[in-house]
Amino acid sequence: MSDEVLKTTPLADAHVAAGARMVPFAGYSMPVQYKDGVLKEHLWTREHAGLFDVSHMGQARLRGVSPLSAFEEITPGDFIGLKPGKQRYSVLLNKQGGVIDDLMAARPDDDGLFVVVNGACKDNDFKVIDNELAGQVTIERLENRALLALQGPEAAAVIGRHLPAALRMVFMDSRAMPGFGTNILISRSGYTGEDGYEISVPNHLAEAIWNLLLEDERVRPIGLGARDSLRLEAGLPLYGHDVDQSVSPIEADLAFAVSVKRRDARDFPGAARIAKELAEGPSRKRVGLKVLEGAPAREGAEITDGSGAVVGVVTSGGFSPSLGYPIAMGFVPPALAALGTQLKVIVRGKPQAAQVVAMPFVPNRYVRKI
Amino acid sequence: MRFTKDHEWVVLEGEVATIGITAYAAEQLGDVVFVETPEVGKVVKAGDGFAVVESVKAASDVYAPIAGEVVETNTDLGEAPDTVNALPESGGWFAKLKIADKAQYDALMDRDAYEAFLGTL
Repeated sequence: MSDEVLKTTPLADAHVAAGARMVPFAGYSMPVQYKDGVLKEHLWTREHAGLFDVSHMGQARLRGVSPLSAFEEITPGDFIGLKPGKQRYSVLLNKQGGVIDDLMAARPDDDGLFVVVNGACKDNDFKVIDNELAGQVTIERLENRALLALQGPEAAAVIGRHLPAALRMVFMDSRAMPGFGTNILISRSGYTGEDGYEISVPNHLAEAIWNLLLEDERVRPIGLGARDSLRLEAGLPLYGHDVDQSVSPIEADLAFAVSVKRRDARDFPGAARIAKELAEGPSRKRVGLKVLEGAPAREGAEITDGSGAVVGVVTSGGFSPSLGYPIAMGFVPPALAALGTQLKVIVRGKPQAAQVVAMPFVPNRYVRKI
Repeated sequence: MRFTKDHEWVVLEGEVATIGITAYAAEQLGDVVFVETPEVGKVVKAGDGFAVVESVKAASDVYAPIAGEVVETNTDLGEAPDTVNALPESGGWFAKLKIADKAQYDALMDRDAYEAFLGTL
């Protein structure tokens, strides 16, 4: 891996100029933090507006005679019912009902489906879609587009100065519209628990738009370090850590991604397992943990019950900048998933008290109505 | 004050060595949110991991620059781990060791040598 040539996003020069510490991530050289550091960047996003480069993620158009119904063959979502101008969170499923990747699929216009998938998974995702939906959809990867996310309580006011139409959008709206002197794809969503937008822009204008947004004193650039702590506080799973090909959406506490309409039809990959888990409960469940004493419990830390028996493992964990104590998510048997359950996390051999708590750890602030 | 290539510092007063991490290390680590110090009475060898310092993102080991027995730890860091960032080379010390072999101290870098070393990174 060390001699792997890292790809760069169109914003690489801007990151370095802003004092970013660059690290390899999903095959790209990406900013993990800027001069302020993870803690301040995190809190800035919760209080003002943070600007993120998420251009490493995979953007594509799926087109065909009926791309919405075709997409239902590999996902458990109601895509036939996805209205124009809306976006939906979903998962690509393997035949065992495990999650190949999580994704956003939107109808910003009449041009098929616009999907955004995780950077580390994108090549495989598009291969899976291509193989499974051959003859039904074509994939155009939008490698000529960058993706920016502006997140935080002041994000809407900042975007509104440049793009008043964005203020009329609500959470999970998606639009293709003119903006920033070009044609953009914009959604009111993100992965921090805050109100905000994700904006797909042509590569050659990415740096100019990035700099324009940063001219606003409410906006600061935010690295992947704070993006991770923000999504953890928001209770959002990170693919490859909290979710992988062995985990079903029911185990991952993503049952909302399995549309009610399609639960009866059972017409998606792994439907037998998912229906069984919906009816009888899964054998393990993703829960939120508040670590009551000691060091942060990080990915890989064992979870034990009161008697010291190992019952699960932490899949994401760290210090919560907003709350001031360590939090984690991990998998435990359903009998130990009830809120308030007392457990232990083993950090460097030392058992520390932890408690099952509700997620999100920090209340989300999505704007669902205007 | 003496320094290691792992960015720890040592101040020796008589037989007691006070140990912390350098300003450079604190800067690289970012905001410190938790410090695990060793227990008093613990005997460590030079190069042993004897403390852990955690940022929001990651945990990093701190290695004992010198052998000895832990005689005191900085209990203030429990409440105020960010002292490591604010005062890395004074109030942010981790532990005091009663040392076994002063020659190990003498073999460490002085400030000029450490700064020359930083210049090569």
